[in-house]
Amino acid sequence: MAANNQNKIPKELLVPLVRKEDTSEKISGPSRTFGQDARRTFFKNKLAVVSVFLIIIIILMSIFGPSMNEHGSDDQDLMRAKMPPHVPVLENISWLGFDGTLSGKYRGDNVEAATANAVARYDNNEEFIDIKVVDEGDGSRNSAVVDATYHIYDAKDMSGEYFWLGTDTLGRDQWTRLWEGTRVSLIIAFVAAVIGLVVGVAYGGIAGFYGGRIDNVMMRIIEILSGIPTLVVVLLMMLVLQPGITSIVIALSITGWTGMARIVRGEVLKLKNQEFVLAARTLGQSDGKVIMKHLLPNISGIIIINTMFTIPDAIFFEAFLSFIGMGIVPPDASLGSLINAGFDNLRLYPYLLVYPAVLISLIMIAFNLIGDGLRDAFDPKMHK
Amino acid sequence: MFRYILRRLFYMLITLFIIATVTFFLMKMLPGSPLSAEDKLSEEQKAIVLEKYGLNDPVPIQYLRYLGGLVKGDLGVSFAFDNTPVTKILMDRMGPSLQLGFQALLIGSFLGIILGLIAAVFRNGAIDYTSTIFAVLGSSIPNFVFAGLLQYVFAVQLNWFPVALWGGFEYSILPTIALMIFPMATAARFIRTEMVEVLNSNFILTARAKGISETGVVFRHGLRNGLIPLITVLGPMAVSMITGSMVIEQIFAIPGIGEQFVTSVTLNDYPTIMGTTLLFAFLFVVIILIIDLLYGLIDPRIRVSGGNN
Repeated sequence: MAANNQNKIPKELLVPLVRKEDTSEKISGPSRTFGQDARRTFFKNKLAVVSVFLIIIIILMSIFGPSMNEHGSDDQDLMRAKMPPHVPVLENISWLGFDGTLSGKYRGDNVEAATANAVARYDNNEEFIDIKVVDEGDGSRNSAVVDATYHIYDAKDMSGEYFWLGTDTLGRDQWTRLWEGTRVSLIIAFVAAVIGLVVGVAYGGIAGFYGGRIDNVMMRIIEILSGIPTLVVVLLMMLVLQPGITSIVIALSITGWTGMARIVRGEVLKLKNQEFVLAARTLGQSDGKVIMKHLLPNISGIIIINTMFTIPDAIFFEAFLSFIGMGIVPPDASLGSLINAGFDNLRLYPYLLVYPAVLISLIMIAFNLIGDGLRDAFDPKMHK
Repeated sequence: MFRYILRRLFYMLITLFIIATVTFFLMKMLPGSPLSAEDKLSEEQKAIVLEKYGLNDPVPIQYLRYLGGLVKGDLGVSFAFDNTPVTKILMDRMGPSLQLGFQALLIGSFLGIILGLIAAVFRNGAIDYTSTIFAVLGSSIPNFVFAGLLQYVFAVQLNWFPVALWGGFEYSILPTIALMIFPMATAARFIRTEMVEVLNSNFILTARAKGISETGVVFRHGLRNGLIPLITVLGPMAVSMITGSMVIEQIFAIPGIGEQFVTSVTLNDYPTIMGTTLLFAFLFVVIILIIDLLYGLIDPRIRVSGGNN
């Protein structure tokens, strides 16, 4: 019966089986290159992305900031020295500190004495000083306290003038100087980082690739160079060279490359015995090509990360040099020299310190965060 | 091991010799002279001074004399500080610098370890984020900005501590805080990463499965293993103490080595500059040697005798 049934099946129903592709081993996700993975991981890191934007804004401001108002960085005028910040529109919001007034608490044995103290402090321009009594005092020494607000822009008949971040001790516009100083600091940092990158990669690459005696000698030289703390070397070099931007870059570059050279050498040592290098050599590639085309691309991640971390270092050293007065020479400014000037006037004119100090901290934090983000991005373990 | 130490010591001597030579000739290239500030000296007086310090001799002879002095531990005589021997100046100023450095390094890394530990245990919690932010700020904000802030807030405004100079213990508090922020931030960051990894490993799971209390797991099994790699960052930390001392001592006007160095640089007092550079280099090389040896002692997998890699 069964056999009979089978024979009755019409022929047209018998179609060849369409073989389905075996999907069990198919990779479901899209396959991404290492670079795409790295980019994804980096852009997921919000802090790093914000830092990138911050740095871009700061760079743009350091280019265009100085020309945003009509004051030059070297327009000295003692008549308008030490003016507080004064910004249009924002001047109406008193707690922001942009209203162009100086204020402080003054003490005296009684209210009159305290007021007299305040008036004497503010150029004896009584009509432009608002006095608010905080404590009437009991007649004992310095018991009375008054709050004095000095409308310095009105007093100097400059209420139409706006120094956005105030002026320094020589009457130069702080806004202009701040961004020009940032520009100088950034240029020094970038140039020093690039020199460190080029020299370090070349040196480390050669030492690691050739190995043996060459490596030994080259590493001894690095050991000696890094046997002195960087700051000491930089200071010694600044003694010998004329102060200025070029000298700072040279001083920073003398030891700046050693860290990079060490890292590159280590990586090259690890990679140079692997098969792809052997293959390239077997095909007759020259040593230079093997280094440039096969080894360097494989360690580019580490090189980029290391460069990102040398930039804040360079900014710090430059700022320190200028801070102790061995870096940038006036009338040029850098963040360090502005901070130094700010410290000298800290008690009376804190705004001179606040802005450069905040700016340099922001730059350093941003570069460190970008560096951290890149380190994670180039780490295959961090890819999800 | 013994041979390794001997070889390292030999390299150390060579390093120091080269540094001494380079600084000596660098100083000879200096545009200024220590006498240029003393414009009251007549030509004859200047000649007498130059003769007295042997500055009229040919440079090679001066160099040999300097090296001869070095072997005997004599660093020459300071030009700027009333003919005081440089060795004496440096010895007198060692105290504050060492005290500051050790206080900052010990307290800083101790607090950093605790901070990192807490962050790792309460991972992704509020404490973790706070400590991460703190660590980033601590390792990014330039120490002179931080020191100035401390000085302004706690000394000038609040009057809690002396503004500057060096006296009793209370004088060392603000500089120590300013100096310790870097080791603290570094240690916190490092310990957190290490501990997160350690706490996720199998032997911690075993320890938990055995029923050991959580504190026992974290401290006895976790921290012990997390601490070992901290030695690798001890070097940079100790170096940051040397660099930091120059900045911090300058701001707080502390009579230490760092302040001395910066002052000598501005005064062109080159025997003192050379002496200080050598001292710094010596400290630096010794610290690195100690750390390398420690590393070999603690982690037997690292063969110290392996050499240069």
